Amino acid sequence: MKYVLTMIFAVVSLMAQQGATSAGVVVGDLAPSFRLKNVDGKFVALDDYRTSKGLVVVFTCNHCPYSVKYEDRIIALAAETSRLGFPLIAINPNDPVKVPEDSYENMKVRAKEKGFTFPYIVDETQEVAKQYGAKRTPHVFVLLHNGGAWQVAYVGAIDDNANDPDKVESRFVLDAVKSLASGAKPAVSQTKAIGCTIKWKE
Amino acid sequence: MSLFASLALVAALTSGVEEVRLHELQRRLAAGKDTTFVVNFWATWCKPCVEELPAFDQLSRKHASEPMKVILVSLDNPTERETKVVPFLKRRGYELCDAVVLNEPKPHLWIDRVDQSWSGSIPATLFIRGERRLFGEFQFSPELLESMFTKFQTEGK
Repeated sequence: MKYVLTMIFAVVSLMAQQGATSAGVVVGDLAPSFRLKNVDGKFVALDDYRTSKGLVVVFTCNHCPYSVKYEDRIIALAAETSRLGFPLIAINPNDPVKVPEDSYENMKVRAKEKGFTFPYIVDETQEVAKQYGAKRTPHVFVLLHNGGAWQVAYVGAIDDNANDPDKVESRFVLDAVKSLASGAKPAVSQTKAIGCTIKWKE
Repeated sequence: MSLFASLALVAALTSGVEEVRLHELQRRLAAGKDTTFVVNFWATWCKPCVEELPAFDQLSRKHASEPMKVILVSLDNPTERETKVVPFLKRRGYELCDAVVLNEPKPHLWIDRVDQSWSGSIPATLFIRGERRLFGEFQFSPELLESMFTKFQTEGK
């Protein structure tokens, strides 16, 4: 009997846990601010970008094969969106205890190896990922800077084909940034994608 | 086991992992009538998925005599079906589970067709029998999967 009760409790808490992680921002919401440590040891904050038109925030990590598939595309994307006034930053939200490959030390190694041209910052407490409602890696949030406020303008995937960059038909993030840079609303402001679950602390 | 039987088993394990489109999978789930399908979305590259696969093997063994079927739906790149997915499953030997590789481009269009609540991260599992369904981004231990399955079965009666 005790066993059955334990299992019922476990199922219920598993479902509750799902509910808890489904919170986060949606398009139109104000973007939560943050201040997190970059691979160069300096802190990066949302407010540092107050002279930009907007910001592309990519939750990603070292170990996830989907993130790895997108690494080169993220580097290329950063150059394109920066030119349009939307710099890109990458945030690693994963628990390094669960995935040692995603430790701060290993982030430094990866950023150097790949020559990241953008901050690669660590969300040690996982609070930023929770506030944004990041679910997987990679998961992108495009923010629009609007009279001192930061507004969420796009949430979702980088493009529509993770496996084959040559077969991409829609570059969602770039298209959204192009629209926003010209003062228009993105035609597509929300997409879903397959990815690795964020490795939450126990 | 006779030579023919072992050859047939090997053939089933190597060539049995077919590439399917989502509508083909959904047609099978809809045709099941009294069968409960436990559909697990996984990939060889997904560590938590690979960790929980034995739970699905155990579930299918334990309920082998009941109208239920575990379907392991791989989200690996379909081009890696023969090089990665088939060898992986052959090594693991989950004989009682069915396995397919989903060939469906443009995830932003098909994820919602599986379940509106799905964020797109895996592992994710769908329990379905006729009109009844339960979907979640769970990571199961054998005990949790067993109790969730039992709960799904008993609540529907």
